[in-house]
Amino acid sequence: MALSTSDTETTRIVTVQTERIDAAQAIRFKDDMRDATIEGPDRVVLDLSQVDFIDSSGLGAIVASMKQLEDGQRLDLAGLTPNVDKVFRLTRMDTVFNLFPTLEDALGGA
Amino acid sequence: MADFAEVLFQKAPATELGTRDILARIMAQLSSDLPAEKAGMIEVALAEIINNIVEHAYADEDHGEIAVHVTSADHLLVFEISDDGVPFPGETLPQGARPDLAASREALPEGGFGWLLIRSLAKEIHYSRSEGVNRLCVAFDLGEHVMP
Repeated sequence: MALSTSDTETTRIVTVQTERIDAAQAIRFKDDMRDATIEGPDRVVLDLSQVDFIDSSGLGAIVASMKQLEDGQRLDLAGLTPNVDKVFRLTRMDTVFNLFPTLEDALGGA
Repeated sequence: MADFAEVLFQKAPATELGTRDILARIMAQLSSDLPAEKAGMIEVALAEIINNIVEHAYADEDHGEIAVHVTSADHLLVFEISDDGVPFPGETLPQGARPDLAASREALPEGGFGWLLIRSLAKEIHYSRSEGVNRLCVAFDLGEHVMP
């Protein structure tokens, strides 16, 4: 699972560099997210703008990624493409996470 | 639409990567005839159905066959997905109840969304079991869209 990270002063940005987060990727995604977020800043923004497909396993892996964060860390999501956005809304996962249309929006236009 | 059904009949080994392969082959033939949003949601529902077969019907087998047959009629796109794995418990489809999302972070569910998605996206679902074969028929409403 290709994840890249970069930090602002307060935020770790994790960018998913693959088009699918599905059953074949879910466990790997969760493990790689642990590596990408451990000992990072309190706020993590997951940039999903390159992802055009997610299934329930992928959704579960994002929830698991959030649950494995350290106390005080939080996970926000940015750049959901239409298919991914729809899956979050149908499962009401949009009530669990803060969703931002773009990474720029998530970073407050900074 | 008869041609369409014949073209899309396929079998693949039941693994998670097999799911991807089945989906890729189905969507390669369907997506150019469907609005992108509709194609995307059909792909999600099919992914859930096929993953369920891999994880449950064929839970104790390294490989099994999954066949997908597609027809279209009256603004509906109908998939028949069959396998010869174990039947659904009680030979009844799961309800797809909404998981409790009001729970604390530690208690949030990491699964249980599959049937919720399938039932949200499909117009009709019918399951039958006979002669050792699971047969799931799933219809999607294409609205105003008509398949060519």
